[in-house]
This record gives sequence, structure tokens and C-alpha cells, in this order.
Amino acid sequence: MTTISTPGIGTDLRGRRLPKWAPWAIAAGAAVLSYLAIYLGGLLDGGWVLTAVVAVLLYLVLLAAVATGVEGSRAARNRVATSLIYSAFVLALLPLLSVVYTLVSKGVSRIDADFFTHSMNGITAFDANGGAYHAMIGTLEQVGLAALISVPLGVAAAVYIVEYGRGKLATAIRFFVDVMTGIPSIIAGLFVLAFYVFGMYKFFNHGQGGYSGFAASLALVVLMLPTVTRSCEEMLRLVPDALREGSYALGIAKWKTVMRVVLPTALPGIVTGVMLAVARAAGETAPVLLVSGGFNSINFNPFSGNQSSLAIYIWDQAGAASQYAPARAWSAALTLVAFVLTLTIVAKLLARRSKLK
Amino acid sequence: MAKRIEAVGVTAYYGTFKAIEDITMTIEPRSVTALIGPSGCGKSTFLRSINRMHEVLPGARVEGRLTLDGNDIYERNVDVTAVRRNIGMVFQRPNPFPTMSIFDNVVAGLKLNGVRKKSLLDDAAEKALKSANLWDEVKNRLGKPGAGLSGGQQQRLCIARTIAVQPAVVLMDEPCSALDPISTGAIEDLIFELKNEYTIIIVTHNMQQAARVSDRTAFFSISQTGDPGRLIEHDVTSKIFTNPREKRTEDYITGRFG
Repeated sequence: MTTISTPGIGTDLRGRRLPKWAPWAIAAGAAVLSYLAIYLGGLLDGGWVLTAVVAVLLYLVLLAAVATGVEGSRAARNRVATSLIYSAFVLALLPLLSVVYTLVSKGVSRIDADFFTHSMNGITAFDANGGAYHAMIGTLEQVGLAALISVPLGVAAAVYIVEYGRGKLATAIRFFVDVMTGIPSIIAGLFVLAFYVFGMYKFFNHGQGGYSGFAASLALVVLMLPTVTRSCEEMLRLVPDALREGSYALGIAKWKTVMRVVLPTALPGIVTGVMLAVARAAGETAPVLLVSGGFNSINFNPFSGNQSSLAIYIWDQAGAASQYAPARAWSAALTLVAFVLTLTIVAKLLARRSKLK
Repeated sequence: MAKRIEAVGVTAYYGTFKAIEDITMTIEPRSVTALIGPSGCGKSTFLRSINRMHEVLPGARVEGRLTLDGNDIYERNVDVTAVRRNIGMVFQRPNPFPTMSIFDNVVAGLKLNGVRKKSLLDDAAEKALKSANLWDEVKNRLGKPGAGLSGGQQQRLCIARTIAVQPAVVLMDEPCSALDPISTGAIEDLIFELKNEYTIIIVTHNMQQAARVSDRTAFFSISQTGDPGRLIEHDVTSKIFTNPREKRTEDYITGRFG
């Protein structure tokens, strides 16, 4: 009988392991070494970012060397790969934390009663007060209307593609939804500008074109529709066919199966997709700027007259060379993020509540 | 309630593939008929063509005549939902609706077909759950999700859901293949009780099960891969298992083939 020897795998099941504290010790050592090299050794004119990067690289090299010596090469590769994955995670998280930190630290200065109750009517960029009330109304109305139009349309389109569509038409619709996903937002704005602002709007405004919040909603619909459709389609595809068949076998009609069995099963996922689309729409600036006109005063009516929105407000204030305007822009940015975050949390809670316990 | 099913020259296709050919058999009311045979021989296709479930797949069609008490279920103006309400089906894997409670699962067929009255639904749920031997286990947690039950309980829940709409025929496609022996025993007992009221057709790979629960057995087979499945023999169960007419049936039952 011949035995096949596998390199690295002996008959002894236990191998030598590094003690638990070893990686931490190596990390600390790498940090100290890096600090010494950069600050005392005068290597480059570093700073803490370079120190951190060098420390991580040193840590990886040292860890690989020590682990290979003690535990063997397989265990060493495992340790290095694990460390790389953790570093990637931290690296991905850093920008997010940085954004949140910057927003909060710079944005809180103007979060006051004035900001939520006043518009910019009669206030120039160089005045201290002023608020974003008119912009909040604009964002709420525009995004709300856009969601009201695009969610039913998008869900219906997804239902068609997944449940009813057969053959060429369904394939074509899927293709165009994909194409729509890639449309730059400014193109959506230009489309609405030509189609609605200077086109359709004339028919009910005595032959005059005009900006309005609703035009902004239409541009947002063009942008939200493909996102909603695609995410909803993916969620519907995840619903097992066994559930559809179970429903058909009870003599339940197809449309009722879709409404009462398939859609409720896919609901949490659909809500997530819709929220992503809403979040994206709420932050859109270019198309809204093009078709809603922007405005310094309060306009509750989205269907007539210029309207502002938080995105426009941020753009407007951030660009003004004044000591007061940037603070207003940061506060508006913080408000916008808080608004999207609140909406997401509420939607998730609603979707979870509809699930049985 | 229970009705007779007659198949005359039934041939089923998936696209261009002919899955079963020329099946002719009569299934008597208030009886249990077992369909046995090797994998791929068309038992499930035949079963699914009885309540037009195979149509769910694109390109599937049926030729020949299938009648329920003399009414052709493939006639042009027949409503497929009406066919399925009369001919219920239990699947291989339990498939309770995950968003519905136990109660809502049982009355799904009634509720989604327009029955609103609470008292009617309550009665129907209790009756169906009792018939499915599940009432005692779930009566105190009807509001809990159906997906939280054990596999065997879920399958009985699916049977309760099927009989809650009071069909004439119940089709079962390997209803015990995902269950342990105790749950299987419970379902077999249930089948024995249900046949007093329903016509039952059951596909099974377990020949002991066919011998235990069925009155009549139909043996399906294919001569080689790619050929359509055919009905080889259909007779009283005891005859099929002790003294089959066909050599192929005997080979299959004694384990020499398939």
C-alpha cells in the first residue's frame, strides 16, 4: 500500500498556534515602527494618514512572516487574507463616517427655529438669518409626488415583466428599463424641460410655458422609475414558484395570487428598493434646477409657479461668497440626509410590522 | 361531492417534448388511486394535467380528453380557476403562504375568492383543520405564522387549505417525500379518512405507501430516456402488488428495474 503524502498536512491534527495576543502585539509594534520611521526618521514629510497606511502594510508583512514561521504557510495566508478583509471593511466605512461627521459638525450651527420656519424671502446671501422652510416644502412635495407616480408604475411594470410578460415584449421592456437606469439625470431634466415646461404646460397656462415643482417631480419620476422597476423585479423573482402554484391550486385567479400572495411576500425587499430610489431622487439637483426654477419664497402649490428644493438650496447657498451662506448650505444638507434617513427607518419599520410574529 | 375522473388518450407536451402519451384510465369517486413508476415516467405530468397545473409552464399543452363527471375540463370556455377549485392539489414540499397566519392559510382559498363573513371562515377553518388532524395542535395559535410549524404540520396545513375549499378531487404529488416516518404515518391515516369524501390521486415513489393507502394502483413507465411515459397497468392495488398482468410491472415492484 502506498501512502500519498500531502504537503503541510501531517497525521497530527494539532498544529502550533500563535497566542491570542500575538496579532495585537504585532499591530502595536507595526504602529510604533511606522511612527518612528515617519516622524523621527524623517522619512518623507508624512502625517498621520501616511503613518496609518505604513502601519497597516507593516502589520501585514510582519504578521505573514511570524505566522509562516510558527504556524506554517496555510495559516499565514489565512491570517493575511482575514486582515485584508477587515482593512477593506474599515476603508469602506471611513468615507461614510467622515461624511456623517462633517455634516453634523458643520451643519448643527444653523439648526434652529428660524431655519425650519422661515424662507429666504427678502434675505440676501449676506444676511445672517433666513431659513430653508420653502426648500423643505419643495423637496417633500416634489419627491412625494414623484414617488406617488413612480412607485405604482414601477411595481406594475415589474409585475408585468415577472408574472405576465412572455417573449419579445417583456425582453424589450427589460432592456429599456436597463437603458433608462443609465440615463444621466441632466438628460431627464432636459426632457422634462422640452416636453413639459415649454410643451404640455402651455395647454393649461394660457399658452405660456413655466417652471413648477411638478415639472421637477416628472424629472424625478424618469429617474426613479427604472430603479423601482429593477429592484422590484428582482424581489418578485425571489418569490418561490411553489407559492404561486399553491395559490393557483386553490382556484385563486392569477391577479389575486399576485396581489395577495406574491407581492406581500416580496414586500420588505420592494420597500428597500423604493427607499433607495426615493433617497436618490431627494438628492437630485441638476434636473430639478432645470425645471422647477428655484425660488426664495414659500410656494405650497407644486403645480404652478417656481419652487425651491433642498438640493437647489444647498447648491445656491454653497456657491455664495458670504460668511453666512455656507452654514445654511451645511444645515440644509444635514436636514436632507436626516429626512432620507428618517423615511428609510419608518419604511423599514412599516415593512417589518406587516410581517407576522 | 367526490367525482369521477376519466382520461381518454391524454398526451401532454412541454414545448416539443412529449412527456406522456395516450393515457386512458378511469378514476372512481371515493377511492385512492396511487400512481407509481420510475422517475421521469410522467406520473407528475399526468397528475398536473388533471387540474391544468402543468399549464403554468410556458409551452405546455395537452391533447386528448379529461373529464370530471363527464365535463371536459379542457373545453374552450372552461374557467381554469373553477377546474382547480374542484380539483385541489397538495405538493411535494409543504408551501404555506409565509405572510399569512395559520388561520389565513387555511381559509386563503375562500377569502381570496370573496368569502368575507367571519363566522363562515371560522367554521370552515375549524372543519378543515379537524379533517386534517391538525386542529388540536394549532387551535391555540391560529394567529401565528404557518411557516413556524414543523414540516409534517405544514404539510397537514396545506392539506387543510386544500380541503377548505371543498374540492371534489384531491391530487397529491409525493406529499410525504419531504417528511419523516411519523409525519408520513399521520398523513397516510389522513388520506384513509379523506377518501370517504374525496376522490384522491397520489403520486408516490414509496411502494409500501402505495400498497398501504391505495385502492387502485397505476404503473407508469418509459421504455428509454426521451420517450414519452405510458400507462403500463392500472388495476386493484392488491392485484398489482401480488399478481401483476405485465412483466414490466412485476420487475419494477420486485426491484429488478427502476
